[in-house]
Amino acid sequence: MSPISRRKLITSGLAATAGVAGLTAAARVAQHYGLIPPDHGGLYGPGQTLTYAAQRLLTAHSLAREFPRGMISKVPFANETPPPTDLFKRHQASGFSDWRLSVDGMVARPASLSLPDLKSLPFRSQITEVACEEGWSYIAEWIGTPLIQVLNAVGALPQARYVVYFSTDSNWWESIDMADALHPQTFLTWGMNDGDLPVSFGGPLRMRVPRQLGYKSLKYVTRLTVADSLKHFGKGLGSAEPENGYAWYAGI
Amino acid sequence: MCYPPRVSAAGSLPDPETPRHTAVVRVTHWITVIAFFALLVSGVEIVISHPRFYWGETGSVRTRPLFTLPIPSSRDTVPTGYGYVMPDQNGWSRSLHFQTAWVAVLTALVYAISSLWTGHFLKDLFPAPEDRTWRAFWEVIAKYLHRAPPKEAEAHSYNVVQRIAYLSVIFLLFPLVIWTGLALSPGFDSAVPAAVNALGGRQSARTLHFFGSGALLLFLVFHVIMVVLAGFRSRMRAMITGRTIVPRERTLDRIGERP
Repeated sequence: MSPISRRKLITSGLAATAGVAGLTAAARVAQHYGLIPPDHGGLYGPGQTLTYAAQRLLTAHSLAREFPRGMISKVPFANETPPPTDLFKRHQASGFSDWRLSVDGMVARPASLSLPDLKSLPFRSQITEVACEEGWSYIAEWIGTPLIQVLNAVGALPQARYVVYFSTDSNWWESIDMADALHPQTFLTWGMNDGDLPVSFGGPLRMRVPRQLGYKSLKYVTRLTVADSLKHFGKGLGSAEPENGYAWYAGI
Repeated sequence: MCYPPRVSAAGSLPDPETPRHTAVVRVTHWITVIAFFALLVSGVEIVISHPRFYWGETGSVRTRPLFTLPIPSSRDTVPTGYGYVMPDQNGWSRSLHFQTAWVAVLTALVYAISSLWTGHFLKDLFPAPEDRTWRAFWEVIAKYLHRAPPKEAEAHSYNVVQRIAYLSVIFLLFPLVIWTGLALSPGFDSAVPAAVNALGGRQSARTLHFFGSGALLLFLVFHVIMVVLAGFRSRMRAMITGRTIVPRERTLDRIGERP
């Protein structure tokens, strides 16, 4: 082995110092600009953080691909069946006339909205693809109230950093950051392909987050909470999925 | 000069003090090996959750597949013909897959930048002008088929078949799996829609990702077979320590030649 030259030693020393300093600075900057996901700890934390930070920088102004009407899937796949609880069945029997979406947390005017209340806000439609993390996908037209309309109506406070949303099943909840919550394609969806949103596809109310995989598009949404931190929800990992090893940020 | 240059048909033998593989090549090689196995295992687990492949933008159990792998699935919604559902390992598999993808891509970046810097691609991998013929290519294949023992020079330099194989892996297969993998990210696609559209849609990207990974696995199998045939110990030693084993007499010879 040839002895390590002085130049080599100095260069490697400088490189190592620069690397450590760079990483520390990067972590500070990332924290400041909200590039650290709630599931940044643990074995796969570095990967989740790199993906989230990289995609947040890359997708600051991006829109999910929208498709021509002719590409709407003729036989979309519904995957999960509706929760067979008695309460849900009673709602279903009454045509969801008593379905409420409660909005609380860091908002000026907490509210409990009926489906007609939601539909009275400006609504939009989008033809986007649902991509399940398992590998399958389909395209549908989704009609709904952009989440930003609801957040404006209840007066989300400036400290808000996340929107946490809950399904009828208490074990099934999700959250997104404000970049996605205020995104024009994030809908509280109540219509699909020119009709009501079928129960098998999440009716009466489903969150649609088309820039992320299907599991962020939670079905049967009953409650929204605006929060400045995710620490006190579940295990503090941001949603139910990271507790099973999945990424909180599912733009991957 | 300490000793007269030896000229052989395949070019001069390098100074035995010069490593067969540079430190960057050795380190990035072994990181890539570990990353490849992690990506392979986690990738197989992900495929198990939906062992059906499609072409175009969309596809699900409600549409006709391009082909189906004859394996059971970890989801009861997938009709596989098997009477049971495999345990669901998708959570950690996905997290491992994406974290390892970062490691692999960053390692590839270090390798590529360093190789451009040192001229590794031009010097060691692009075939020499006289080897850029089908004849030169087939001569090496014929030698392999006749199991001709490798010449000493071949322990120090790649032949044209090796060069073509490595170049294909570095410049075709790895870019293909990285591109098709990125095209499966809805976030990335929202920023760069052409990444997925150019491949013919999301399901085409997934199918190409599968074939690209299969081609890499095939390369790995042949690579390991060739390493074993060429001399497992010496080749492993060269990729770990950078040194080739110099035959004993010649080492003594050279010591005798030293002034």
